[in-house]
This record gives sequence, structure tokens and C-alpha cells, in this order.
Amino acid sequence: METMINALPMLMDGLKVTVYVFVIAIILGFIIGLVMALFRLSPYKVLNWIAKIFIDAIRGTPFIVQLFFIYFGLNSFGFISLDNTTAGIVTVAINAGAYFAEIIRAGIQSIDKGQTEAARSLGLNSTQTMRHVVLPQAFRRMLPTITNQAIISLKDTSLLSIIGVADLTQRGRVEASATFEFFNIYLLLGIIYFVVIYLLSMLASFVERKFVLR
Amino acid sequence: MSMIRVENLKKSFGDLEVLKDMSTVVEESEVICVIGPSGSGKSTFLRCLNRLEEITGGHVYIEGTDITDPKNNLNKIRQDVGMVFQQFNLFPHMNVMDNIILAPTKLKKSDKENAEKKAYELLDKVGLREKAKAYPGELSGGQKQRVAIARALAMDPKIMLFDEPTSALDPEMVGDVLDVMKQLAREGMTMVVVTHEMGFAAEMGDRVLFIDGGYIVEENVPKELFGNPQHERTKAFLSKVL
Repeated sequence: METMINALPMLMDGLKVTVYVFVIAIILGFIIGLVMALFRLSPYKVLNWIAKIFIDAIRGTPFIVQLFFIYFGLNSFGFISLDNTTAGIVTVAINAGAYFAEIIRAGIQSIDKGQTEAARSLGLNSTQTMRHVVLPQAFRRMLPTITNQAIISLKDTSLLSIIGVADLTQRGRVEASATFEFFNIYLLLGIIYFVVIYLLSMLASFVERKFVLR
Repeated sequence: MSMIRVENLKKSFGDLEVLKDMSTVVEESEVICVIGPSGSGKSTFLRCLNRLEEITGGHVYIEGTDITDPKNNLNKIRQDVGMVFQQFNLFPHMNVMDNIILAPTKLKKSDKENAEKKAYELLDKVGLREKAKAYPGELSGGQKQRVAIARALAMDPKIMLFDEPTSALDPEMVGDVLDVMKQLAREGMTMVVVTHEMGFAAEMGDRVLFIDGGYIVEENVPKELFGNPQHERTKAFLSKVL
């Protein structure tokens, strides 16, 4: 018990890093996902292909390989140099982006064609129709799946400890090997992740209730 | 100038030729009712008039502007052509007021205050002022369709297209919607109505178009078309529905 209490301040520092990485990565990932979904549905073949290759490449490779590729692989050329936190954020963002792209595409396609026709018949252009009519409805429908992916991405951030990002997992590893209290520290680590994810899903169901489709 | 001029309109879906060769003219304040068996192409014909369907061949002129010409701004033309759908297609995430003012405000036709004032006038017209803050999911079919008419009218269109506006309604709701349409017709709105309501076509139509097999088979004033049809196919169709 005492080791757990002693480890807590350090783990909380790690939690800050985890939350920081997660929030930035998930926002970036969402933007990437939205852009890729719109590319995927665009009438321009080139954009379709860009999105398709991106999504397939990310979905078809393990997270760790993507992380190593971006951190070790890209840095090896010397023309860019990403520190480990930045590389981690970028990896989580593009990884989440690929999955978000498919979620958003499916969400957009699930909206009845009549909605678009009604908006276009009023004279709205395709961008206005997407923005005011299709996306607001699609997002409400997508929210549970988006939450799911966000939780997966949050858990993925723990893999950044492998490249030395001082996140919650990394701090836990350091603390555990310093004290040899593996059981207690990793139990505490698990509890902290659980609480954070529980809060996240509570937030999501609050938003869902607030924006329930009538 | 004619409000709508259709010249040799053709429309195919892949290999399936739905509209083969259609030409007609609609003058200002005319009410044209389009009848015909299902699958005859009457809805497709209507949807070509604001290019919700891409046109395969021929020309459609709205107030003299060729909508098949890619150089013309289709979105601008559509602002003058209101459309009412069989399935209403109200925006379910917005209340009635927001449904009506979306296009006028986003297309900079008027500011929010004026758009709302106008929306209330339109809701009065369709008898639904008290539903301004209701969501589409809370309305009956007939109410939804009347809101959809108000929404289309909010852009001050010069032409209104109706695609089987009463086909998805319970019988007791049909009358309310038809009453609104009759009032519009009396006010001089140019209307093209695809309908199965032969009573409405006979009463309100200046002309009736009978469409079958991708052609306008017969076109006449209702009294003549219903009373003295010239073509065998028109006779056969009318004998089944009248």
C-alpha cells in the first residue's frame, strides 16, 4: 500500500503526459479521419486512391511498426528530426485517423440520400449540404463508434513507452523496477487507466444523450 | 418567356433508358399534373427539371437558362425551383423553424430575423405556426409535408415541383396537404405535380401530362384528357385508376 502511495505523484506526472499526447493525437486524428473520409467519397479518383492507400496501409500494419517507422525510420534520413513525444503523437494521430476515416465514411453513407437531395434542391452547394445537413446527423450516429476508437487510441498511447516517452506506462515501469513491487505498481497502473477510460466513456454517453437524434 | 421548356429530354440509368424523348413547355402560373403508371418515368422526369438527376440528352430551360449547360450556376437556378418530396426529407436534427430558415440564411437571402418573420408567415399559410419549435419526429406525416412545402417556399421560388406529395400519407392527412397546394395554385404559383390524385389533377390542373414508357403519350386540359382520351394507353390507364 505504501509503495502505491509513494509511486502516485510520479504516476500522476506520467498521466499528464498520457492525457496530453492523447488529446492532441485524437484531435489531429479526427481531422485526418474527416479529410480522408471526404477524399474517399469525393468524385475525384485521385483523392479516392490517396485515401484508400492511406487507410489500407495503416490498417494493414501493426501500431508498433508504424511507431518504429516514424520514430526510427524517418529520423534516420536526417532531414527531419522528431523527438519521441512528437513521433508518438504523430503515430497515434495517423493510426486513429485511418480508423476514424472508415467510421466517418460509413456514417456519412448511412444518411438517407433524400437529405442531400432536399438540401441541394433548396440551392445549397455540396459543401453547405455536407456541413449543415449530412455531417451533423452522421456525427450523432457515429458517436458510439468514435468513442470506441478513442478508447483504443488512449490504450495505444501506452505503447509509446517503448520509445521512451515518459507517459503513465513508462513511469510505472521505472517505478516498478526501482521498487521491485511489480504486482502493486502494475495493479495501480491498471486502475488509473481504467478510471480515465471510464471517465471518457461517461463523457461520451453524456454527449450522446445531449445530442440524441429526435 | 416560358418558365420551363423541355426539349428532347433523355435519361438513362446505365443501359436502362427511362426517358426516351420528351418535350413540353410550362408557362407562368400554369399547374401541370403528371400522371402515369409506376415505373413510367414521371418522377425521373420531374427530377430532371432541377437536375437532381443528371440529364443524358436534350435540354431543360428554366426561365430561359439551360440547366444542362455546365457553365450555368445550378445552385443559383435551384433557388428558384422549390421541390417537395414523397418522403418529406425534413432535416431531423433541426426544429421546424431551423428547417425553414436554413437555406435563406445560409444562402444570404435574408438575415435570421427576417427569415424567421417570413417563416412564421409561411407556417401560418400551412396552418402550423404552433409547431415552429417542434422537431420533425414529433409531427404527423401530413404536418411534415406541410412543413416541407413551407421550407421550399422560404426561398421564394418561381416554380414548385411536387413529387407524389401525398403518396406516403395516411388518407385523412391527404386533404390538408392538397388544400395547401390548391391555395398555392390559386395564388399563381407555377407548379409541376407528379400525382396519383386524379381528383386534384382534374380540379387544379391547367394541363395534364400522361407519361408512359418514357414518352409523354398525351398532353391536354384535364377535361379532355380524362373525358376524351385519344391514345389507347391513356384509355387503358384511366380505366384502371378512375
